[in-house]
Amino acid sequence: MELLYAMTLGVLTTCGVYLLLRARTFTVILGLTLLSHAVNLYLFASGRLVAGAPAIVGLAERSADPLPQALVLTAIVIGFAMTAFVVVLALKAAVELRNDHVDGENPDEDRL
Amino acid sequence: MNHALILPILLPLITGASLLLLYRLPFGVQRLAGLASTLGLALLGAWALVTAGSGEYQLYHAGDWPAPYGIVLILDRLSALMLALTAILGLGCLLYANRGIDRRGAHFHALFQFQLAGLNGAFLTGDLFNLFVFFEILLIASYALLLHGGGRARSRAGLHYVIINLVGSALFLIALGTLYGLTGTLNMADLALEVAAAPPGDAPLLAAASMVLLVVFGIKAAILPLLFWLPRAYSAASAPVAALFAIMTKVGIYAILRVFLLVFGLGEAPVNAAAWQWLWPLALLTLALGGVGVLGSDSLRTLTAYLVIISVGTLLATISLVTPATLGAALFYLIHSTGMAAAFFLLADLLGQQREEGYDRFSVVAPMGHRGALGSLFFLAAIAVVGLPPFGGFVSKAWILQASADEPRGLWLWGVLLTAALLTLIAVSRTGSSWFWRPGSAGEAEARPLDRGCLAIVCAMVALNGVLAALGEPVMAYLALTAEQLMTPEAYIAAMLPETLASALEVPP
Repeated sequence: MELLYAMTLGVLTTCGVYLLLRARTFTVILGLTLLSHAVNLYLFASGRLVAGAPAIVGLAERSADPLPQALVLTAIVIGFAMTAFVVVLALKAAVELRNDHVDGENPDEDRL
Repeated sequence: MNHALILPILLPLITGASLLLLYRLPFGVQRLAGLASTLGLALLGAWALVTAGSGEYQLYHAGDWPAPYGIVLILDRLSALMLALTAILGLGCLLYANRGIDRRGAHFHALFQFQLAGLNGAFLTGDLFNLFVFFEILLIASYALLLHGGGRARSRAGLHYVIINLVGSALFLIALGTLYGLTGTLNMADLALEVAAAPPGDAPLLAAASMVLLVVFGIKAAILPLLFWLPRAYSAASAPVAALFAIMTKVGIYAILRVFLLVFGLGEAPVNAAAWQWLWPLALLTLALGGVGVLGSDSLRTLTAYLVIISVGTLLATISLVTPATLGAALFYLIHSTGMAAAFFLLADLLGQQREEGYDRFSVVAPMGHRGALGSLFFLAAIAVVGLPPFGGFVSKAWILQASADEPRGLWLWGVLLTAALLTLIAVSRTGSSWFWRPGSAGEAEARPLDRGCLAIVCAMVALNGVLAALGEPVMAYLALTAEQLMTPEAYIAAMLPETLASALEVPP
């Protein structure tokens, strides 16, 4: 389980960073989303991965660490709000600047 | 338990939320509510200064959960100083915004209050994850404030600003996850003990986490490779917002001080040594780049943004010498530079409005109205910002130079700091002479009505800098004690975790 989990994290982060470095806002936002997924999974794993253990002490022999679950919930909520905000901002910028480049300028247009 | 400790967060949060719900209220009432809340914060800041001045830590256990488990708010001298500084700065910016800029978009006052709530929370919290949450609160409010009023330049700068800060938040969470995975705690005091007692095998991972945190705070503070978002963002924002943002880079510096002196500062071989080693050259380079940027700016707002970068470089270079004297000097400079950067952003707007065209751009030759009053004000503000007597900047720089002279590395700081000051002096005198001394069309320029309220606010902010110099001695005494408190993280831990400390660590007498 750990190996699969670690590989998922690696793939998500790689794709996220790659997309983040692209020059158009849509891919950058996709990259941010993938990166925040990776971060959320990483936070979740910081309490160690256990299967079939409740997050309440005393219900079973082994219990899962409840704190990372609370942290990841907070992080998901914040990440969700931020993604919504950046999508709206990118749309606004695309309308106002008439292109979707992160620098606000279309390099192909200038060359003409 | 002292419930007043949570008021600096609750008061603006409740005011902001009510303003959102009651957005149909007449605009005057909204302004009054915002002003009342900010005034309240200023009073709370004064209370915090007095309370923390005794040297005792004030704690607030949220929900009355005991220390390492619940979230704790903790007030020490540094937090109190930052609270008071934020409140006074916020008051100045809000008064300036009330002269009309707050009408250019929706919900200015609510956003302003949320920004203050986030700032105060970040200064008060004793929990690393909670620090992340307050960072997000102040950031999302700052995104909206940056875009307030609309326009192409703001959308463009806003996009960069939002994206780099979202990446910063992701890195922050990665560092938090690593620290929690290694130590099982996020309370700063508890974390400090766990980090000090960590097995040697965990050391590389802890060092990595500390470096990731340094990058995160470096983005907020705008250290050299991470500062290129700042000039465009700050110069695109409306004047009072940019002035309020003068404290935003200082949040990064506050976090560096708090985390690296406390959390990573204990043990035989403290984890923070590597951070100081990196910070020293990077801060000097930041300072040098700020000097070049000031000279090469094309508008007064961009120039002011580079002044912010100079202040960040100076602060971090001074801090990374890590002696009580340099810390105290850095904190004095923090007060001075925050106030003056804010005053300069407001001044740029005030002067820009009086020019016939070009607003605050240097490339446009345009006559300026009300030369006498504005010219004198610009002259005084320029003296203050460069750090010449009789203003607070002089005291702070003299103290920085004096404190760093004892260090062998200090000579580097002398060279770079004084060169940057010279470049700033050249840049501001060039601005002043081309705007106020240009012959021809003198007096012929049709003077637009000068907003006396705005003028008074900028005058007051420059005057406050003079007051800072006049009150130099008591302020320096307070800051010396603050630096001492920062250098003894054991006392912080003893206040936060009275039981665990005795067994885990010996408190030096």
